[in-house]
Amino acid sequence: MAKPHRDLVRDYRQDLRLFGSPTARAGLVAMLVGLVMLPMVVQDDFWLSVLVYVGITAVGAIGLNLLTGYCGQISLGHAFFIGAGAYVTGWVGSDLPLYLWLPAAALVGGMLGAVIGPFALRLRGHYLAIVTLGLVFIGEHLWRNWRGLTGGNSGTSINAQVALGPVDFNRVELAGEVYSRNQGYFWLVWVLVAIVALLVKNLVRTRPGRALQAVRDRDQAAEVIGVRAGRYKIGAFVVSSAIASVAGALFGSYQQFVSPDEWNLLLSIQYIAIVIVGGLGTVFGSILGAVFVGALPALIDRFGDAIPGVRTGVGGEGFISVFALNQAIFGVLIVLFLVFEPRGLAGIWLRIKAYFKSWPFSY
Amino acid sequence: MTAFLQNCFAGLALGSTYALVALGFVVIFKSTGVINFAQGGLLALGAYLGYTFSNNLLLAFGVAILLACLVAAVVGAGFERLVLRRMVGQPPFAVIMITIGLLFVLEPVITAIWGFDNLQVRNPWNIHTVEVGGLVFGVKDLWTIGLTAAVVVGFFLFFKYSSLGLAMRVTAFDPEAALAQGISAKKIYAVSWAIAAALAALAGIAMAAGPGGLSPSIGFIALAAFPAMIVGGMDSPAGAVLGGSLIGLAEALTRGYQDQLFSWAGDNVSVIVPYILMIVVLLIRPYGLLGTKDVRRV
Repeated sequence: MAKPHRDLVRDYRQDLRLFGSPTARAGLVAMLVGLVMLPMVVQDDFWLSVLVYVGITAVGAIGLNLLTGYCGQISLGHAFFIGAGAYVTGWVGSDLPLYLWLPAAALVGGMLGAVIGPFALRLRGHYLAIVTLGLVFIGEHLWRNWRGLTGGNSGTSINAQVALGPVDFNRVELAGEVYSRNQGYFWLVWVLVAIVALLVKNLVRTRPGRALQAVRDRDQAAEVIGVRAGRYKIGAFVVSSAIASVAGALFGSYQQFVSPDEWNLLLSIQYIAIVIVGGLGTVFGSILGAVFVGALPALIDRFGDAIPGVRTGVGGEGFISVFALNQAIFGVLIVLFLVFEPRGLAGIWLRIKAYFKSWPFSY
Repeated sequence: MTAFLQNCFAGLALGSTYALVALGFVVIFKSTGVINFAQGGLLALGAYLGYTFSNNLLLAFGVAILLACLVAAVVGAGFERLVLRRMVGQPPFAVIMITIGLLFVLEPVITAIWGFDNLQVRNPWNIHTVEVGGLVFGVKDLWTIGLTAAVVVGFFLFFKYSSLGLAMRVTAFDPEAALAQGISAKKIYAVSWAIAAALAALAGIAMAAGPGGLSPSIGFIALAAFPAMIVGGMDSPAGAVLGGSLIGLAEALTRGYQDQLFSWAGDNVSVIVPYILMIVVLLIRPYGLLGTKDVRRV
C-alpha cells in the first residue's frame, strides 16, 4: 500500500498539532539552533542590539496580533500598555529578581487591559479605534505628570536585575567563555519570543482561540453557536496587553532609561504596521514583520549616508531627514501591503511554500 | 464673569476649527464608511499651500484660501481614486490603516518641501482685536467663527437642495439602491473626499493665520477633532458642529480654570479633556449625541 503524503492530515488530532508537518518541525529545530548560535557568530554590538530590539518588538507584535489579527479588535492603544510595562519594571525591577518583575509587569498590563477591555464590548470597529487612540494621549499625560513613578518629562532610569539563578544576562558565562550584555539579552529576549509565540500559538489552536476567530469573523453568529463573545473580547484584551507589558518591561530593562516621549501614537502605529506587514492572524507573521519593520530604521540609520537626498545630521545636505524617510517608508509599506498583499509577509511565505509543495505541478 | 465669557469665546473659536475638521470626517464616513486619519495631513497640506499662495506668490488672501482648498480637494480626490477605490469591500480596519499610511507619507513630504521652521501666514487681520463691553475679541477668531458658520450653512443647504447633495445622501443611505438609480458611486466617493480635504484646508489656513503660526505639527489638531466627531456621532454633520463646539468649550474652559480647579491633574490637562469627554459620552451613548443608533439583534 502506498504511503500517504507526509503532509496529509488524516484526523482531527493531527490537524490540531502545533507543528503539523515534518518540514515545520525541522524548521523549528533549525530556528532553535540559530537562536543559540547567532550571538556567537554575530558579535557586532550594533547588529546584536538591532536584533534585541527586533525581538522585543516581536513579543509586543504577537500580543497585538492576538487582539487584532485573531479577535478583530482594532487597538491603537498598544503603546500605552508597553509604557506601563516599562514603568512597572522601573518600579519593582531593582528589588525583585527577573522571574518576579517580568510576571509583575504582565500582571499589571493584564489588569489595565481588563479595565479597558469592557469598552471593547460597547464599541466596535471605528469607535474602538478612536477610544484606544484617546488612551494613548491620556496615558502620555499620565506618564508626564506622575513624576514619582515616571520622572516626568525628563524620564527615569531603570535598573532591573536580569539574572536567572546563576545566569546573569548582563554577563553570561558559558563553558569558560564570557559573553557580553548584548549577547546575553539576545538569548533572553529571543527565548521569550519563543515562549510567547508558543503560548499564543497554543492558545489560538484550542477552543478559546477558535472562539476568538469566530468572534472576529462574525460576532453575532459566534454568539448564536454558543461563544460568549463579550468574555472572549475582554479576554483577548487582557492577554494582549499583558504581553505588551512584557515587551515594555524588556524594552525598559534593556534600554535602562525611558521617557514619556517613547509611548506615543507613532509606536502604536508601528506595531500595527508590523502586524499588517507581517500578516494578520499569524504568529509567525508577527515575528517576520518585526524583523522587517524593526530592522529597516536601523538599516536606514546606518546606511543613510549612502542614500541620495537623505540628511543625516542637523543642517546637513539633502532634503529629507532619516526620521522622515523612515516614516514615509512606513506609510508606503502599509499602503502597498494592504493594497497588494493583504495577507502580509506570511502570505508571501505561504505562497512560496505552496509552490514547492505542489512542484513539479505548479503553474 | 468677563473671564468666563472670554474663555467661552476662545472655546467657540477653537471649536469652530474642530467643527470644520470633524465635518470633513463625517462627510467621508457617511458616504464611504471610512474614518480618514489622513485629515491632519490634508489640513497641514492646505495650510502650507495657503502660505505659499499668499506669502510666496503674493495672491490676495481670499484667493489664496480658495486655491489652497482647491488643490487640497484635488489631492484628496486623487487619493481616493488611486488607492481607496481598490479597497472597496475590505474590512474597516484595513481602510483605516490605509489612511494612516497616507498621513505618514504626507507629513515627510510636507517637511521636505517647506521645512520645519515656524512660518507666519500673511493675513488681512493681522493681530487686531475688537473690544466690546470689556471683552476682547480677536478679529481673526471672529472671522473663523463667521466663516465656519457660513460653511456649515452652505453645507446643509448643499445637502438638502442640490442634486449632488441628494445623490450623496442617497449613496450614504444605500449605495446599491443609489447605483440602481443611475447615481455614480465612484463620483460620489471622490466628491466626498474632495469636500473633506477642502474643509481640512480651510481649517488649516484658519489656524495658521493665527498667532500660533504654521509649523509641521499643525496637523495634530485633527487628532483632537476625532473626539468632536465621536461626541457628535460619526454620521451626523449637525453632531460634528455640536461636538466641535462642546469639545472646544470644554478645552478652553479647562485651560482657563486649570490653576483654580484642575491643578491636581497636572500641567496641560486641557489637552486630554477632549478624550476624557469623548469616553464619558461614549459610555452613556455609544453612538454619540446625534449619531444613528446601530441596531443589532442577537
